[in-house]
Amino acid sequence: MNIVVLVKQVPDSGADRNLRNDDNTVDRGSANNVINEMDEYAIEEALKIKEAHGGEVTILTMGPDRATESIRKALSMGPDKAVHVVDDALHGSCAVATSKVLAAALGQLNADLVICGAESTDGRVQVMPHMIAERLGVAALTGARKLTVDGGTLTVERQTEEGYEVITAATPAVVSVWDTINEPRYPSFKGIMAAKKKPVQTLSLADLGVAPTEVGFDGATSAVVEHSKRPPRSGGAKITDEGEGGVKLVEFLATEKFV
Amino acid sequence: MTVDRILPTDEAHDLLDLATELADRELAPKAAGFEERAEFPRDVLRTLGRAGLLGLPYPEEHGGAAQPYEVYLQVLEILASRWLAVAEAVSVHTLSCYPVAAFGNDEQRKLLPDMLGGDLLGAYCLSEPQGGSDAAALSTRAVRDGDAYVVSGTKAWITHARVADFYNIFCRTGGPGPKGISCLLADAGTAGITPQAAERTMGLRASPVAQLAFDEARVPADRLIGGEGVGFTIAMSALDSGRLGIAACAVGLAQAALDYAVGYARERQQFGRAIIDFQGLGFTLADAATQISAARALTLAAARLRDAGRPYSIEAAKAKLFATDMAMRVTTDAVQVLGGAGYVADHPVERYMREAKVLQIVEGTNQIQRVVISRALAKG
Repeated sequence: MNIVVLVKQVPDSGADRNLRNDDNTVDRGSANNVINEMDEYAIEEALKIKEAHGGEVTILTMGPDRATESIRKALSMGPDKAVHVVDDALHGSCAVATSKVLAAALGQLNADLVICGAESTDGRVQVMPHMIAERLGVAALTGARKLTVDGGTLTVERQTEEGYEVITAATPAVVSVWDTINEPRYPSFKGIMAAKKKPVQTLSLADLGVAPTEVGFDGATSAVVEHSKRPPRSGGAKITDEGEGGVKLVEFLATEKFV
Repeated sequence: MTVDRILPTDEAHDLLDLATELADRELAPKAAGFEERAEFPRDVLRTLGRAGLLGLPYPEEHGGAAQPYEVYLQVLEILASRWLAVAEAVSVHTLSCYPVAAFGNDEQRKLLPDMLGGDLLGAYCLSEPQGGSDAAALSTRAVRDGDAYVVSGTKAWITHARVADFYNIFCRTGGPGPKGISCLLADAGTAGITPQAAERTMGLRASPVAQLAFDEARVPADRLIGGEGVGFTIAMSALDSGRLGIAACAVGLAQAALDYAVGYARERQQFGRAIIDFQGLGFTLADAATQISAARALTLAAARLRDAGRPYSIEAAKAKLFATDMAMRVTTDAVQVLGGAGYVADHPVERYMREAKVLQIVEGTNQIQRVVISRALAKG
């Protein structure tokens, strides 16, 4: 099975993250950039399918030059090769434009199965798998907590607020996964060494036949016009118990509709 | 604290990054709980094995990573700075693979990929109840009977007893003295090998230590490593490497204690300022930092001699002696810096202090290290 995993480089969600003041995009320059956490689960799932059914795993990343670090990190876990879409004109692309670019790249890769994380920790729009599936005209099995492959049939346990749904589709398809689906492996030392020699193909917008005006700020369907930091938490209300503490507490809880 | 390291290759940097990631994510969050429960972290070692960290200094053809000791020891140091028991387990396991790797025949070396891959865990059985330092006087007997050696006796202080998959057994096949000793590689499931109850230790409680009773255990004769009478040579040669491993563990443990104490001393306010700004504590921490750097340098200098194929056993003894005495002092000082907080288990430094003690004892007590060093001086 030919599997493509979408991998995005994002600023480490555990560290301080900012938007740029000049154009309101994610500040990648000063951040510690890592593989989007959910994508590691997507890679693990792809590797498990390859180990059980054979085939090939390709990493597909759209991002600036420095995303190469995350591509090598992804390859060190075990995928066979990578495709890196990099073009200065992509800066400022919205989700719709991004899906156009990724779909164009996928069009060249003949994937039986596209796996991605259910969301990225920077944008968190959660629509990429749906948009890509729509553009490719294939099924979207999103929010998987379990994926079973049986020949050309995919069965997914789709995680919902209440529990899960079981849905099936034929390949080719796009599957997005949550972190409940598996436990990603660490790269091995040998894997890290091997990753240095794995092929990484670089594609520009021209290679994909996408016009620069369709992407970036020019092609964006939405724009971030301003941003500000979340205000720091206020101190909260302090109740001093002078014999009526309990009553005051209940009053507070009632006002806030906790009780 | 980030240690600025000059490493021989780019791949060594990648390896240390991997070790750091594993140490931070898999070791650090688990250490306190496993130590509290005295539970052996077998799965953590499997994870390290899959990542390729259990056979670092051995050739690639046998499933190792062909890393120089200089690099392997810095991996150990990083692991030890997050969880000493796991670093010690890696050191003991690596040592347990040494007899086969260095002295085994081609047939025996076929066992190495499984041993180095982390699927199997090793133990090293040299000490006995009546003697540890005087290893040449060991009394566990192995008598040839057809195609097997029949082993009887008791081994003591065996790290990984009860959890190991294979044991290197140093036993007497000949007369008294070092020349009568041989080394057998036995599967843990061999009938007649019975691990006893785990010792209740001061520290390193996640790492089981127990006696091993041998009651006419039949070990196949083709598991004799290096021929009859070679055992003592193997044991001493393995110990030289093992001492470097313990020295690296001591450096990592001391670094962890210092980092914690510094963090505390910068936060903790008394008399209106951070306690690190009081010279009495600031100088204590400065001395600790200096001693750690010196121990690291000494350990790596000995490792580089080994990597260059030069004699290194005296330098290994010095490194083990200096680094482990240093770790005892630094961890004790770390408790002092935290004051009352240092004495309670809410902070890790009391555990570090308990753990440091064993490093002055294992792989040859520090008195034995001084014997080794002073004998070399006397011989001139």
